[in-house]
Amino acid sequence: MIDRGAQFELTRNRPWWRGTTFDIVSFILGCVFLAWIVYRGAASMGYNWQWYRVPQYIYKVVDGEFIWGALMRGLMVTLEIALYSAVLMIVIGLVTTLLRLSRSFSGNLLATIYLEIIRNTPLLVQMFVFYFVIGPIFGIDRFWVAVLGLAFFEGAFAAEIIRAGILSVPKGQWEAANATGLGPVAIYRRVVLPQAIPLMLPPMTGLLVNLIKNSAIVSVIAVFDLTTEGRNIIADTYMSFEIWFTVALIYLSITIPLSLFVGMLERRVQQRS
Amino acid sequence: MAAAVNVDGCNKMIEFRSVNKWYGDFHVLKDIDLDIEAGQRVVICGPSGSGKSTLIRCINRLEEHQQGEILVEGEVLGDNPVANALIRRKVGMVFQQFNLFPHLTALDNCTLGPIKALGMSRAEAQERARAQLERVKIPEQADKFPQALSGGQQQRVAIARSLCMEPDVMLFDEPTSALDPEMIAEVLDTMIELADSGMTMICVTHEMGFAKTVADTIMFMDEGRIVEAAAPEKFFNSPDSARTRKFLDQILIH
Repeated sequence: MIDRGAQFELTRNRPWWRGTTFDIVSFILGCVFLAWIVYRGAASMGYNWQWYRVPQYIYKVVDGEFIWGALMRGLMVTLEIALYSAVLMIVIGLVTTLLRLSRSFSGNLLATIYLEIIRNTPLLVQMFVFYFVIGPIFGIDRFWVAVLGLAFFEGAFAAEIIRAGILSVPKGQWEAANATGLGPVAIYRRVVLPQAIPLMLPPMTGLLVNLIKNSAIVSVIAVFDLTTEGRNIIADTYMSFEIWFTVALIYLSITIPLSLFVGMLERRVQQRS
Repeated sequence: MAAAVNVDGCNKMIEFRSVNKWYGDFHVLKDIDLDIEAGQRVVICGPSGSGKSTLIRCINRLEEHQQGEILVEGEVLGDNPVANALIRRKVGMVFQQFNLFPHLTALDNCTLGPIKALGMSRAEAQERARAQLERVKIPEQADKFPQALSGGQQQRVAIARSLCMEPDVMLFDEPTSALDPEMIAEVLDTMIELADSGMTMICVTHEMGFAKTVADTIMFMDEGRIVEAAAPEKFFNSPDSARTRKFLDQILIH
């Protein structure tokens, strides 16, 4: 803790270009400058701004009836994919972690192969492999191909988070649980996971943000998510600036609250320890 | 000491038969032979690194030995996790660092084993846990979390947690070494009470006063070997080995 006087000293001795006021002013000026560049660029291209046409893609009222627009329907698909993938991602991450922490040689090998392949190939290529190879072989439709592809990709990162969480539980806890004669299931469920999960939650929520962002990739296999809907609208209307800005804003409206939530969780974990 | 009863091993609680253990190249336990009978109270002492903690941690297989045989109540310890879990239910253990489960209250720490390992009902387990917390003289702390308790109280909860499994033998691994001086007595009192109740106990400790009052055998370990094993009187007054004498001189002078 810095005491008030020292804090005051620090503020007072700061040169003017390090002060908060200058910070805010320069931030606003920077934003205005960027907006101006975009506007000028668009103007020099002869871009015809048509913001008034955007709201219909968010919602419409026809004959007094409220209808979600294409972008919102796309968002629903995005969230649906994210939700299923998130659940599957945690299952895959947990299984991979258990295989890695087990003493079984083939279990270790399997987990290592999975992790190395997923981490060292592009997500786009993985998605194509799922769509063109695994999908047809097992007769899976494209929505579930998208879910599976994302889950297997993010599962590799979930495995890392879960492993770190489990390994952070002190050795003495395992010993005490073992010495009590608990079986492996009870040790994990009653002793290890209750202590590891609070530590895993912040990075896991961060991973969920990642998952939502990465779900845009499913547009390459023609799943009608938010990004695909955006692309289709642009193909119809040529409003690329307005629609991409809107799509980005919709993603932000989901991911920013989640990111703030991560920050909150992290502060809580820090307070506890 | 019930040495005379030990004719054909029917009364043996724990046996080591030429047990050897290595950590990598380091030979921690060297040809350990040991018989401990039901009701016996053994104190193990020795300089740090002499293998005394490792020895008792082998009894409930927190450590694996590489050579020889360890028998607990006639069962040979091996690699079968199910068999090991069954043996661990009969062998209670108290650790230097308490190792209470921090996310559970004192009472829940005590009921976890009976419920999950012995399949007891919650009500039954709680009744047993309250009785054991009463026995270690902290019934009023039942609903507190470990971090709200003093070191001595935490260690007594840990003892109660072990007792809730109704073990046949209790292992103590330097139970007072992590405690502030004024809390050592309350834990030792609990252990003395336990000894008086006839519990088979194996304690690694440097509390020589406790050893004198409670132990029927004191073992001195050095460099992975049991150098001396004798009744307290002989151990303190006329030990056979010069190494033991030297160790006693060092710790008893102060």
